[in-house]
Amino acid sequence: MYNPTVARLTYRSLLGRRRAAILFVLPGLLLLISAAVRLFNGADDQVAADVLGGFALATMVPLIGVIAGTGAIGPEIDDGSIIYLLSKPVKRPTIIVTKLFVAVAVTMAFSAVPTLIAGMILNGNGQQVAVAYTVAALIASIAYSALFLLLGTVSRHAVVIGLVYALVWETLFGSLIEGARTLSVQQWALAVAEKVSGGGLVASDVRLPVAVVLLAVVTVAATWFAGQKLRGLKLAGEE
Amino acid sequence: MTTIDIDHVSRWFGNVVAVNDVTMTIGPGVTGLLGPNGAGKSTLINMMGGFLAPSTGEVTLDGKRIWRNESVYREIGVVPERESMYDFLTGRDFVVANAELHGLGAKEAQRALATVEMEYAQDRKIATYSKGMRQRVKMASALVHEPSVLLLDEPFNGMDPRQRMQLMELLRRMGAEGRTVLFSSHILEEVEQLASHIEVVVAGRHAASGDFRRIRRLMTDRPHRYLVRSSDDRALAAALIADPSTAGIEVDLTEGALRVQAVDFGRFTELLPRVARAGGIRLLTVSPSDESLESVFSYLVTA
Repeated sequence: MYNPTVARLTYRSLLGRRRAAILFVLPGLLLLISAAVRLFNGADDQVAADVLGGFALATMVPLIGVIAGTGAIGPEIDDGSIIYLLSKPVKRPTIIVTKLFVAVAVTMAFSAVPTLIAGMILNGNGQQVAVAYTVAALIASIAYSALFLLLGTVSRHAVVIGLVYALVWETLFGSLIEGARTLSVQQWALAVAEKVSGGGLVASDVRLPVAVVLLAVVTVAATWFAGQKLRGLKLAGEE
Repeated sequence: MTTIDIDHVSRWFGNVVAVNDVTMTIGPGVTGLLGPNGAGKSTLINMMGGFLAPSTGEVTLDGKRIWRNESVYREIGVVPERESMYDFLTGRDFVVANAELHGLGAKEAQRALATVEMEYAQDRKIATYSKGMRQRVKMASALVHEPSVLLLDEPFNGMDPRQRMQLMELLRRMGAEGRTVLFSSHILEEVEQLASHIEVVVAGRHAASGDFRRIRRLMTDRPHRYLVRSSDDRALAAALIADPSTAGIEVDLTEGALRVQAVDFGRFTELLPRVARAGGIRLLTVSPSDESLESVFSYLVTA
């Protein structure tokens, strides 16, 4: 289910494009904010949780997920170079699963690692805040990557749709409409983080068992569906 | 012996019919898929390559369905028309990656690069390649697993004459080895030089099939139309219509010219100056009015 050649090509095309700059900008911004907050405000567990919850998990993780998830396959489908993968005796689901691995690894590296460092800067992991949000970022990375990889496979406007989902649905609706929070990767990840931190500063609107089931279902279903879409991908000619 | 069968295949996009009830068999040797731009050649090749499902009908490789069957790529090599490749790789890295995807390695990649004579530039990034170089690296990537079927979509586009000759030589050799080589082109001379067998498609329909001599004859034997201006149009018209090589003449008053339809190309071209001279008529304009490839092709559809 994993093809090292597909992985190598995906890594190189993902990190070699101009889009990849955002992968460095957002974590840089998070670290900058954290340093500034610590400098002017001192160590405060509540503030640390607000920064990690409000910026790192709510904004940075989904954005990195969009870049890595859609970027792992979208550009290849757009420019037609995916034909070099498709014209090989390699199972389509293998291509998708490999690209998912790459997207997850990149999302984790550029979101969970900076989250942990930011948490350390903010309050030195007081009340397990840094570790809890890092776990949330790791878990969210998997689900976001699977969702946005599927989006990159089915739509040419994957980045736009992904951004709208990440910013409007997860951030805006999530804070306004209660029901939207149940269908939010962020809340599912927070449910796991809540368990890790032992409650208090990290809280989710979704109960843990529900969150775990939804995370698993979304990840597996999105990956399976992306594999099916790739099997039936039609490459239109230039005529 | 590997054969691609296209059986009553149609393909439409929305309400545009790109391929209309085509049936043909592509066997060993070099076959040229000839037709004007937009005739449906790429659509056909995409269906043979398994990148497009036929709307109706079946495309098979030795009886095995091609669509949604990735095992056919053990036998098929594809050279797409589109330019985009993994531009950030070197030529060698690209061909090695293609070899690995077939379960092969650097040795096979190196052999394929040697076959297309690209070793000298293999360590440069593909982004720096000319169109002809890209074409050859694409070719190498399609040859790594020594496929028994090679599909090439407009392979000569953008190649200089020397590269064109090299590629023709290579394809000829592969055809002689008993491989099934199919390439598309909208240029008759290209197809004529290379293909032993020609399939002509026009406006999505299968217009003609056979060796190039037969196709050539069909093309020259068709009725030719000429626009003729002379010092005495009516006298010329009378003399021309007396000969069986002329099927019809119209005196076009607005143009001030004759529109002549000739059925016997060779005889008519010899007749016209002779008749004019005998009648003391000066020929001012003689121009074929339907020599475009499209009109040649559309004649073939009805032939």
